[in-house]
Amino acid sequence: MPQFLEHSMTSWRGQEVEHAASIVDQFDPRARIITALVFAIVIVFSKTLWLPFLGLLLAFGFALSASLHLKRTMRRVIAMDMFVVLMIIMLPFTMDGTPLFHVFGFAASEEGFIKAIGIALKANAVVLTLLALVGTLEASVLGHALARLSVPEKLVHLLLFTVRYLDVISREYKSMRKAMKARAFVARNNLHTWRSFGYLIGMLLVRSLERSERIYAAMKCRGYCGKLYLFDTMQWQTRDTALIASAVVFSVFAIFSGAYAT
Amino acid sequence: MTALITAEQVSYSYPQQGMVLDQASLSLYAGEKVSLEGSNGAGKTTLFNLLVGLNKPKAGKIIAFGKERLVEADFIEVRSRAGFLFQDPDDQLFCPTVLEDVAFGPMNQGKTAEEAKTISLEVLDCLGMAGFEERVTHQLSGGEKRLITLASVLAMKPEVLLLDEPSNALDKDARIRLIEVLQSLSQAMIIISHEPSFLDALVTRRTRLEGGKVLDV
Repeated sequence: MPQFLEHSMTSWRGQEVEHAASIVDQFDPRARIITALVFAIVIVFSKTLWLPFLGLLLAFGFALSASLHLKRTMRRVIAMDMFVVLMIIMLPFTMDGTPLFHVFGFAASEEGFIKAIGIALKANAVVLTLLALVGTLEASVLGHALARLSVPEKLVHLLLFTVRYLDVISREYKSMRKAMKARAFVARNNLHTWRSFGYLIGMLLVRSLERSERIYAAMKCRGYCGKLYLFDTMQWQTRDTALIASAVVFSVFAIFSGAYAT
Repeated sequence: MTALITAEQVSYSYPQQGMVLDQASLSLYAGEKVSLEGSNGAGKTTLFNLLVGLNKPKAGKIIAFGKERLVEADFIEVRSRAGFLFQDPDDQLFCPTVLEDVAFGPMNQGKTAEEAKTISLEVLDCLGMAGFEERVTHQLSGGEKRLITLASVLAMKPEVLLLDEPSNALDKDARIRLIEVLQSLSQAMIIISHEPSFLDALVTRRTRLEGGKVLDV
């Protein structure tokens, strides 16, 4: 695996997307999650092209007002766009309709093209909005906000435990990986390589299982009886209501503009 | 004087390792700081697990706070009165923020959120960790993690402390700080450690686990 890919797969520390302090930070996490959700629904169900385009412009606005780190944000958006590009290439050839041009005798349809552009616009608008409004939250704050929004407790706990232990597990992975390298291991396409990676993953699973048992024991030692207690300092303010209201106004506008009519 | 917590002739074996504890006995009296030394795999952590009922002895008795403890329900009270500090702080700090982690024990003891918060802030302040309450647990340094886990144990106001290699992987400054903190505590404690200098600074009595038995040194 290339170094940078391995790094980005295993080096997540539960931190927010890097960004300078901005106006977005002043809104309540709950308001930001709801707004992003409403926005995503409005954009994704649109049947026209202009609404996703408008959405993309708005998303740029969100990204600017969240003062996202340009390079890091681009890297994330591009990661998703790789799938979108594949789809833009495939869709015109797989959808029926008026042929636009031919490649090796295969017709590329106009409808497919329009569909693909629509999906590309929607995906980028939603991802950029999520990065700007939700990605700028620290992962544990996100968990707290979801708990306050009455998302089922078990799901919130899963998220919080993942946030907490992903980094620990990735540290274990890295130290084992380093130990392999220290004994001159180089990944090649042979049985030895595949077996070694098998051991690595197997050992990671065993260690994680044992750790989970120790964590549970530690929780029992402190009297755990099925409940976690979350404290937070979230405070709903007038500007949060205003943010939700503008999201609602936007969705009403989208509905009456006929963007969902067939 | 009766002991706070006693393991009487306890035996324990793991499936593949054979006998780890063979009729081992250990008592802890009020005001004592007892060391528990011994080589790796001698069964020190296992003995701690038996004392708080995380594992059940194959033979022998656990007597804690004046009563013999047999089943899981008996040990729930023991765990709240005997604070167990785990070897790896990452096993113990599982809540997103420091405050939540320290308050987890008191909340389980039935305190209200406000009380738990007050207790937690007091304990953090006592350990010189005031201002850490909003920090995210997995972003702390090793020394900070150790003191926070100690705070999370002390917040339950235990009468006994079981410390499993507390000075593990600490740098010099963090270790000196930990020694100061432990010296200032009034609770009776059993300390597992491999570091003679660390134990010299703290303990009043030394024991050693060898061949499945606890020996006085």
